Amino acid sequence: MTATLTPTASTGSPTGSPAGTLAKVTGARLGRRRRRALVIGILSVLVVAVFAASLMVGRTFYGPAEVLGVVFGQDVDGATFTVGTLRLPRAVLAVVAGACFGLGGVTFQTMLRNPLASPDIIGISSGASAAAAFAIIVLGIDGPARSAFAIVAGLGVALLIYLLSSKGGVAGTRLILVGIGIAAILTSLTNYLLSRAGSWDLQEALRWLTGSLNGVGWEQVLPTLVALLVLAPVLLGQSANLESLTLGDDTAAGLGVRVNRTRLVAVIAAVGLVAFATAACGPIAFVAFLSGPIAARLLGPNGSLLVPSALVGTLLVLVADLVGQFAIGTRYPVGVVTGVLGAPFLLYLIVRQHRIGATS
Amino acid sequence: MTTHLNLTASTHELRAEGLAVGYGERHVLSGLDLEIEPGTVTSIVGANASGKSTLLRTLSRLLSPAGGQVLLDGRSVHSMPSKELARVLGLLPQSPVSPDGITVADLVGRGRHPHQRMFRAWSAADDAAVAHALDATATADLADRPVDELSGGQRQRVWIAMVLAQQTDLLLLDEPTTFLDVSHQIEVLDLLADLNRDRGTTIVMVLHDLNLAARYSDRLVALEGGRVYAAGPASAVLTEQCVQDVFGLRSRIIDDPVSGGPLVVPVGRHHVAAG
Repeated sequence: MTATLTPTASTGSPTGSPAGTLAKVTGARLGRRRRRALVIGILSVLVVAVFAASLMVGRTFYGPAEVLGVVFGQDVDGATFTVGTLRLPRAVLAVVAGACFGLGGVTFQTMLRNPLASPDIIGISSGASAAAAFAIIVLGIDGPARSAFAIVAGLGVALLIYLLSSKGGVAGTRLILVGIGIAAILTSLTNYLLSRAGSWDLQEALRWLTGSLNGVGWEQVLPTLVALLVLAPVLLGQSANLESLTLGDDTAAGLGVRVNRTRLVAVIAAVGLVAFATAACGPIAFVAFLSGPIAARLLGPNGSLLVPSALVGTLLVLVADLVGQFAIGTRYPVGVVTGVLGAPFLLYLIVRQHRIGATS
Repeated sequence: MTTHLNLTASTHELRAEGLAVGYGERHVLSGLDLEIEPGTVTSIVGANASGKSTLLRTLSRLLSPAGGQVLLDGRSVHSMPSKELARVLGLLPQSPVSPDGITVADLVGRGRHPHQRMFRAWSAADDAAVAHALDATATADLADRPVDELSGGQRQRVWIAMVLAQQTDLLLLDEPTTFLDVSHQIEVLDLLADLNRDRGTTIVMVLHDLNLAARYSDRLVALEGGRVYAAGPASAVLTEQCVQDVFGLRSRIIDDPVSGGPLVVPVGRHHVAAG
């Protein structure tokens, strides 16, 4: 094959005319765009459907008319409290936190080219979680101050992992191993804090260990929503640069990407998203870790994973919270359900990566 | 070899002045001067750790020099807007990464990055550039195939197509023939020669194989200890003394029966006929 191709290399493809090649290229690009639009469209429809369901379903069922009435500020007997005060903030936080975890997770995974490098595996979520627990239990602060505390801790952990693993250049594997170690330390710290807060019930404890949406009010939703509205556009603005980074740092630099700057902006935005969400509802187990790979499986190699991952994260949290509340006899916090989903996938990835590493 | 120069030749001038680069305490390049003539093929040769890749990486701004500067048309590449530079100077690094499952057409399309604005408004010009790059590298037939299924030679042609889609007048390649068998090495070098001849693309590459470097280059740059030992046409640079000084190898230089240029025949301790 190679021998026959070489002589024609300068004049054109052996079979296709230049016009044929152009049609092929355009067709392939439109195909990629269609697939993308389809995946994003279906995910969006599912998010809206599950969001609506989580407002309607509960101990008392409310129909679409009653729910819409509450959402648009009418006074509906019974529903105003149940839907407006209990279910709506919970469902909105599920959407917002899911998007935050999905975006934060896939950004790290894309940048480090490793699905294991997600913030909930390498200790950034654990850091934010431990800080939030510390803020409440030891310092007795809540609200925006708690969020701020969690974010500083998240960035601090990110910096610490970077410093500990960057000796002689950042190697992906070392960063992940250091991160897993730090995650373990921080989780035991959270455990210790919770053991000192004797009067807390199990639900509250689980919020900071695996994540929970129980008892969420608008005061937890708002800071996270603002973070998403500010930081998501920042990340989306880096989307093309992040895509180029998947070709390797040198190739990306050759394509005019300012590699270090892109990384810095993306890390700060991703850590911010994860930390804000964690401060509100704890580190909902494995959502950051699962969203990117699931989105990649759905989308294929058809462009940036940011938006699809945000949608997958949202869907995961919404569905897991519904399952945790109603599908099983006992009410489980959302993080327990996502944990059950995520743990086997983590094992699968480790086994698969080990095999790839062993053969190459 | 100047017959390769034609009217469409690149007019962009790349120059290194007093370049000093080091990793920590170790100086890799010290006071290196180099001028790349527009429209030519230049190969950088030298022993391992002589600074070949470091020089190429500094020319393409992957590394910042501790001293001296790299000038593109008189402007320092290290202070140029990165996308502007990427529209003039393309780079194929030694080990690019292809994302899982990416198709050839998609990967080649990534070369359009410096020509696109935020949120990538893809234009007909982008499609045309990709199609052209596929045709020029004879990879149009592979357009829909996943890159990870291709052979080494095909993959290297696809990566070259990606930098071609970038449509730069200057092309820097770091060991483009490494890990390829000899027929694929020739295939890649022929492709680069086509680009140089047909489009006037200025090509600078690091090559390991002295004889292929001599045959496919208008100019050789031999590095020794972080400095230019000799630079010029292969016939002037490749002397027995040069091979001795740069590689520490005894050799005989004969006429290449195919190209008529110099051919290095190494002399080792064994298998040397008497006389």
